[in-house]
Amino acid sequence: MSIDVSGVSKRYGDFVALDNINLTLPTGQLTALLGPSGGGKTTLLRIIAGLETPDGGSVVIEGNDATRLPVQKRNVGFVFQHYAAFKHLSVARNVAFGLEIRKRSKADVKAKVEELLALVHLSQFADRLPSQLSGGQRQRMALARALAIEPTVLLLDEPFGALDAKVRKELRDWLRRLHDEVHVTTVFVTHDQEEALEVADEIVVINEGRVEQVGTPDQLYDQPANDFVMGFLGEVTTVGDVRVRPHDVEVAVAPGVPGAVTGTVRRMLRIGFEVRISVATEGDAPDVTVVMTRTHARQLELAEGTRVWLTPAAGATTMAAARDAVPA
Amino acid sequence: MSVQIEEVRPAPTRRTPTHDLTRTSGIGLGVTMTWFSLLVLIPLAAVVTTAAAGGWGGFWRAVSNDQTAAAIRLTVTAAFGVTAVNVVIGTVIAWVLVRDRFPGKGMLELVIDIPFALPTIVAGLVLASLYGNDSPLGLNLVNSGWSVYLAFLFVTLPFVVRTVQPVLEELDQEIEEAAASLGASRFTTFRRIILPALTPAIAAGAALSFARAMGEYGSLVLLSGNLPFTSEVTSVRILSAIENDNRATAAAIATLLLLISLLVIVVLDVIQRRVASRG
Repeated sequence: MSIDVSGVSKRYGDFVALDNINLTLPTGQLTALLGPSGGGKTTLLRIIAGLETPDGGSVVIEGNDATRLPVQKRNVGFVFQHYAAFKHLSVARNVAFGLEIRKRSKADVKAKVEELLALVHLSQFADRLPSQLSGGQRQRMALARALAIEPTVLLLDEPFGALDAKVRKELRDWLRRLHDEVHVTTVFVTHDQEEALEVADEIVVINEGRVEQVGTPDQLYDQPANDFVMGFLGEVTTVGDVRVRPHDVEVAVAPGVPGAVTGTVRRMLRIGFEVRISVATEGDAPDVTVVMTRTHARQLELAEGTRVWLTPAAGATTMAAARDAVPA
Repeated sequence: MSVQIEEVRPAPTRRTPTHDLTRTSGIGLGVTMTWFSLLVLIPLAAVVTTAAAGGWGGFWRAVSNDQTAAAIRLTVTAAFGVTAVNVVIGTVIAWVLVRDRFPGKGMLELVIDIPFALPTIVAGLVLASLYGNDSPLGLNLVNSGWSVYLAFLFVTLPFVVRTVQPVLEELDQEIEEAAASLGASRFTTFRRIILPALTPAIAAGAALSFARAMGEYGSLVLLSGNLPFTSEVTSVRILSAIENDNRATAAAIATLLLLISLLVIVVLDVIQRRVASRG
């Protein structure tokens, strides 16, 4: 097991950032720490790196107790959200930094830097300054710099957070492919569930300083451990006393479905191929949100004011509306 | 404003820089040049002309006079020494002010600027009371060359602090963490990452500090006693030349000071560029 975190806690004054975290991350995997801002995921990553000291507990990296080791001695690669580029050094010298510290021979450094710049597709920018690169290029440089020291683990803190949507998506795919090539144990922090679901082998959901659930993207999406995980991984709506995803709600335009919730279409919003429908139900329950394709909505001849009967679709991930319920 | 004018004009295919000014920037440049000429260029030219009036021989005689040469030696050495001290101490003070939290930090912030705010003659009085004849510290520097160093140190203290401080505040701490994660010790991180980022600011502060020391008068006259060959500085020498109605000598010394200051600023800039890109 590559990274073993046991009993780690961290407080900042009265604020509990991490509360007794126990976690084991296997070697060679790409793991996402997913959760809302301020939930403690970045603190955990920084504790693993040695940039932050835990109040209690221990961190073991590849069998070595690293709890008391300073960051310099942990041999971790760390990538920051805002690149943390050495502005006065060229791209090549940024990448070479860790190797020069390790007193490698000039020829070694040169060869390794060339290899890494090729890996991150920045060979032609070797002599540029970081300020002459785009955000995505800068982050690839930061990644090459972190990989240069052949780290035991690679840690990335919201690595794509500062980039625009398109570059973000490209880099995400690219990180996945890079990991398949390099196979270094990688942990990255993100608050974007789509990013986590798409890239990670395993996701750790962290909220309010606690681990809510650990599992593969499929496990988390299909069998959320609780309301929070279900809500964080995708949109959720409540039909009667069942929580379900909006695209898993069956809509009938005639009565006769057993257990159906009756309602009236209040609003229809067309976004690209899908239609988002708000259905007002009887009583003071909040509106039910339903998502379906345009074609489906047209087939049902839905319009504002249409009476509908709603049921959770068969086989959908559902959860009783009350908290602490077991998933169906 | 320039955008509007650009829209009306057809985009010129070839731009000559002299015709590239909009009306506002034209006026701005005009005001700048007039102001600069009236206050700096014309007076400087006048001094250089006066100095040159006696020819090379006259100039050389004026500055190589034993007493004058001693004053120049003292002033330049002291200015260099004090600047070197400021580069180190000023950076340390700026570091403490930016990175450390301690009670009384706000007070210290305020006190740093006192040498700027105080009339220099008052500064001289302050120094004389502490390092003068009745020194409570038992340190009598009156009438010695060291008094010149002391006065220079006092008046130039804030320069490096105040130029380095904002740059240090802007410096992203993540950069230091990145260096540490790559294995760099605190010292290596300072030398290879922080120092290159601070160098332009340190050089600017050093240039200001040196220039100020070269021209200092008020704060040292009370303390130094202006003794020829021991504690007389160039500004005092210039004053006595003028009092003796020897304007050509005054101008010659002034011109030499000007050249030295210019040289130091250029050298500092060269050093700064080298260090900033070395890493």
